[in-house]
Amino acid sequence: MRVLAAEAATGGSTARTLTIILFLVFVAFTLAITVWASRQTKTATDFYAGGRSFSGFQNGMAIGGDYMSAASFLGIAGIIALNGYDGFLYSIGFLVAWLVALLLVAELLRNSGRYTMADVLAFRMRQKPVRTAAAVSTITVSIFYLLAQMVGAGALVALLLGIKPGSTFMGMDANAAKIATIVLVGALMIIYVTVGGMKGTTYVQIVKAFLLMTGALLMTILVLAVFKFNLSSLLGDAAQSSGKGEAFLEPGLRYGVEVAGNATQTFYNKMDLLSLGIALVLGTAGLPHILIRFYTVPTARAARKSVLWAIGIIGTFYLFTLALGFGAAALVGSQAITAQDRAGNTAAPQLAAELGRRFLGGEVGSATLLAIIAAVAFATILAVVAGLTLASSSSLAHDFYANVIKDGQASERQEVNVARISALVIGAVAILLSIFAQNLNVAFLVALAFAVAASGNLPAILYSLFWKRFNTSGAVWAIYGGLISAVVLVFFSPVVSGSATAMFSKSDWQWFPLSNPGLISIPFGFFCGWLGTVLSKERDDAKYAELEVRSLTGSGAH
Amino acid sequence: MSTEARDTAPTETPEDRYLAMQRSPEFGKLRKSFRGFVFPMTVAFFVWYALYVILSAYARDFMSIRIGGSHINVALIFGLLQFVSTFLIAWLYARYASQKVDPLADEIHAELGEVSPDEGPRG
Repeated sequence: MRVLAAEAATGGSTARTLTIILFLVFVAFTLAITVWASRQTKTATDFYAGGRSFSGFQNGMAIGGDYMSAASFLGIAGIIALNGYDGFLYSIGFLVAWLVALLLVAELLRNSGRYTMADVLAFRMRQKPVRTAAAVSTITVSIFYLLAQMVGAGALVALLLGIKPGSTFMGMDANAAKIATIVLVGALMIIYVTVGGMKGTTYVQIVKAFLLMTGALLMTILVLAVFKFNLSSLLGDAAQSSGKGEAFLEPGLRYGVEVAGNATQTFYNKMDLLSLGIALVLGTAGLPHILIRFYTVPTARAARKSVLWAIGIIGTFYLFTLALGFGAAALVGSQAITAQDRAGNTAAPQLAAELGRRFLGGEVGSATLLAIIAAVAFATILAVVAGLTLASSSSLAHDFYANVIKDGQASERQEVNVARISALVIGAVAILLSIFAQNLNVAFLVALAFAVAASGNLPAILYSLFWKRFNTSGAVWAIYGGLISAVVLVFFSPVVSGSATAMFSKSDWQWFPLSNPGLISIPFGFFCGWLGTVLSKERDDAKYAELEVRSLTGSGAH
Repeated sequence: MSTEARDTAPTETPEDRYLAMQRSPEFGKLRKSFRGFVFPMTVAFFVWYALYVILSAYARDFMSIRIGGSHINVALIFGLLQFVSTFLIAWLYARYASQKVDPLADEIHAELGEVSPDEGPRG
């Protein structure tokens, strides 16, 4: 059942043509929205925050579109398909994380900030050091995340278009097609952001969320229909065809692996599982591209509503991933999946092809559903990278250019122009880095982005909102302390060097035993924030009074 | 700081007003009603989630108990309960906030009057 690799010639070219047509339809439609949005974008508030004109439901959809990345859709389905239950841990962590955003961050941030995360962090601090730190952190997190998405897109296209080593597509071999895809995805995200600003990006994300939810729902229903809506028999079949038996349905095949006779490694593996778990749940509320979405609604209550919608949408989607992952394990099989992609990223599209064959009939049916899901996967990637580019260019323009370089004296127009140029520059940098990294295993970058967000940004945000004594030095220490510790620990971890699956698998400078730094770097970030604060005498009770009253009441909100 | 609201008496700066408001009993009540819900609830869901992760790492025998001869085990149920608790807490918070917190916030907001957003801190 080598669905993609060795399908009949007709099915293969049908899928390919249809994927390209559907993708072009999506691109044409979103570009039309972008052009329309650009006509509605006149002020800085329009560009950065979509004029704060979105409803709670619209923003909830857009949050879903911003958040559910290729790592969520293809990645989790793939991990479940190959490693069973352990993929579910990601789904749970990614969802529960939203309670931090709902309870502690979204409304207060909406009430006291304007365009970027740093608006809240710098509210009662000295502007320059805090905004510089926030911009550095925002851009670092966003670039990590962007790289993972764009390299993933490149790897995916060769597979989805069925370009095998040695064969060509429109004169391109697999490698050229990868580079072409990275450049195309990069160019589109730059256009969405520079032309459409937050309004255009938001609509792209809403459309994507709708497509992704529809596609995942359809596949879930079809998978369940195969098993007569009996979850137990789906799980049983998945366990059986995995060749791992009931262990496939239990934790421990991928994370927290127990190595017989090696107690030290077992201990590290379990610590790694806890480390991943804590980074997932604390990272979301510190991701800049998520935080700026709360500014797109008119009030804090609309921000609350949008998070409630987001929790509903995202939670439902992660329930679908169970059916997709176990369905792929049962119906496609791990052998066929790893033959396509060792990481399992093609499990969901392969499942689509199989479901199409069963329900729509033959190779054409298979090709049709594959094409639809492949197009959805590209829409997914595009919406996420646009959000990331917007977040980092907003921070570069609003935090660094306007408030650090120009001392807050830049005009709205200058600021927005700089934001557009920043999007272009960041997009170009992301394209170049992705091309350089295209053959490296960079899947760990998503988890790293969450770890940095949880270690640096979250402590700074929570201290800012809730701790009267917090000051400039504390904010700067928290951000740099969390950011640097997370990045340094990962650099010396087994995901970068010293293991067979590492980014640089042939080198070895590894000494940190865990793949995820969160267990160390998150407490360290909080500690740095505390230490930096108490070592400095700065304290502004009046400004904290203003922040606290404004954040809780919405008085003076933008 | 160039903060200066339009409708205030010249002797009272918005800073003074915010400071006075922050120290008032009514704001204390708002703060208490907000923190009284979100802090314990944050601790609760975090402990509940941590318990799930820790059991996944260290209580594999317990997590692999199958329910009534089916392929559904404790690990799956536990995971699904995390979804249920997340939805439930979100719903409880929405209800609590609109009934208890929002009215208090509205009162204070009205009392403070409109402070023009453009006069806020740089940013």
